[in-house]
Amino acid sequence: MELIFFYILAGILVTFSILTVTAPNPIRSAVYLISALLSMAGLFFLLEAEFVGAVQVLVYVGGIMVLFLFVIMLVNVREMETQRRASRHWKTAVVLGVVLSSELIFLVVRGADIFSTEGIGSNLIVEAQTRNTESVGSLLYSTYLLPFEIASILLLVAMVGAVVLTMKEK
Amino acid sequence: MNRFVPQMFTEWGTVDLNYSALLPEIILSLTGIMIMLVIPFVPTARHVSLGYPALAGIAVAFLSLVATRATWDQRGEAFFYGMVFQDPFALFLKVLFLFATAALVLIAMNYLDQEDRAQGEFYALLLFATVGMCLMAASADLIMTFLGLEILSISTYVLAGLKERERKSNESAIKYFLLGAFSTAFMLYGIAFVYGATGSTQYLIIAKVIPTSESEPFLLLLALGLMLVGFGFKIALAPFHIWAPDVYEGAPLPVTALLAVGSKAAALVALVRILFQALPALSPEWQVLLWMSAVLTMSIGNIAALTQTNIKRMLAYSSIAHAGYLLLGLTAHNELGTQGILYYLVAYALMTMGAFAVVQIVGGRDEQYIQIEDYRGLGYRHPFLSVTLSVFLISLAGIPATAGFMGKFFLFAAALESELYGLVFLAILASAIGIYYYLKVIVLMYMGDFQEETGTLITIPLSLRIVIAIMVLGTIYLGILPGTLLHLASEAVNF
Repeated sequence: MELIFFYILAGILVTFSILTVTAPNPIRSAVYLISALLSMAGLFFLLEAEFVGAVQVLVYVGGIMVLFLFVIMLVNVREMETQRRASRHWKTAVVLGVVLSSELIFLVVRGADIFSTEGIGSNLIVEAQTRNTESVGSLLYSTYLLPFEIASILLLVAMVGAVVLTMKEK
Repeated sequence: MNRFVPQMFTEWGTVDLNYSALLPEIILSLTGIMIMLVIPFVPTARHVSLGYPALAGIAVAFLSLVATRATWDQRGEAFFYGMVFQDPFALFLKVLFLFATAALVLIAMNYLDQEDRAQGEFYALLLFATVGMCLMAASADLIMTFLGLEILSISTYVLAGLKERERKSNESAIKYFLLGAFSTAFMLYGIAFVYGATGSTQYLIIAKVIPTSESEPFLLLLALGLMLVGFGFKIALAPFHIWAPDVYEGAPLPVTALLAVGSKAAALVALVRILFQALPALSPEWQVLLWMSAVLTMSIGNIAALTQTNIKRMLAYSSIAHAGYLLLGLTAHNELGTQGILYYLVAYALMTMGAFAVVQIVGGRDEQYIQIEDYRGLGYRHPFLSVTLSVFLISLAGIPATAGFMGKFFLFAAALESELYGLVFLAILASAIGIYYYLKVIVLMYMGDFQEETGTLITIPLSLRIVIAIMVLGTIYLGILPGTLLHLASEAVNF
């Protein structure tokens, strides 16, 4: 049952990812990307990582993609459609693609051996059988309390910075 | 037991909170937020004076450090579940960063006044950048280091672009932002690999796990390389230094000083902590990498500085060269080296900040007088500025009886102790080249043909006059009597 769902979701993911890259119209491309990200969220749910799945939907589909669409609609779409499809940087893309896929294959084959799990247990106070979202929550308010709070300053600085840079001088 | 530590027992165990370890950061953040809150109520003509509350915040933060010093013991320990250290090393650097920021606020007040800019946010961002630096100095965990670095970086990206009408400033900000974001990604990738290989992001746990771990050493080496790229960018080490001169030239002058002193020092000490506390087991590998980077950094910085005609660019290359000297202390990987780094950071902050303060005053509105040629005859026009600038430049060149000489001396001695003879030889050669371009400015100031120019009337506010005077005295004092600071530094290396 799980396996069937996996293949369905994976199939959708791969199809829409390819469509994202090949679609001539950037808006369509963005919509395809949304579908791809949604099926990725489905994969996370399948792995019982509900929190990551929900964040995937909220942050990527909800936030980042809307931003993408805004930017795309601000630029001239018609003009972009007529431009050359293949980027001038295809050589870089090939190199990066080869590196990343060899990395992926390496990790799939050898990953279980080389990533140590000995330290991980000591770091996590939460029992393994609690639910995913609960564990993330309790970790955020215990071990990672300080980074969690400090991140708020980081976000504040980013927000203020964006406003300061775009503000017209008085 | 420390009375600042509230002990709470919950279902997860002890809650390990100790706010005294974070007092300066909390105070600086609150001051920054308060400044932003009052900005709308301050008439634009008086925005410059928002520097005073910023200075007050820095003073309170400093007092909080002094007041809590007695509540913890010499060794120091980690709090917030092993996220931040409260130890002499962090204390030393936090004091340094607070003093540097206070000087920066004064330079910034002069800058905003001169350019007639109503940008109270400048101070708030400066304070936030300092929060980031303090966090990096105290961090005990890769995640905290990353967050501190990002707070610092984002503040500086924005600060670098604050002259929004000027193309050079925009170029500087965009270059710094894009390359900075890229290098941060490298660092994050490295951190992820460390976590993958050791199962932890805490320095002390990583150091404990590595020797016993059966995981692939390849993974850790990859992580080390990626993190070095990230830090190398922030410290402007060759071959990741290319952004530095352009960004330094385009950014507003107080921001250039912040990048050259604060950013560089904070990233360097974070690197010290990571390499010495988390990855001492990999020292043969990183020593080789740092050796090569040190040689490149020193030679490129000094040789490129020779041909500069813009004083900001010259100081940019000079700061690249100085990062190279600091790497000697890292490569040496001994106690004297760490002491040397701390000592040199203080000396470097004094002389570089002082030099930038003088350049700010001479530069005038819209940085009109920023070429080295503009310093011709300054010795006759303005003795105070030219004498102080000469002291800073002599110290940067590393001529005896100045702080720069003593700092270099300790770093070189540390490298000799680790038998890095070749590296020390090259470092001495590089600093000999460096003397030329520092002295060129001094020669120009005193021996150039003096032509009476109009419109170069320079007024120095009293506050800056005092700051520059303090820096000159500090530079000379540290050069003649290094004992006190060296003693403090030797206490601070107990981590």
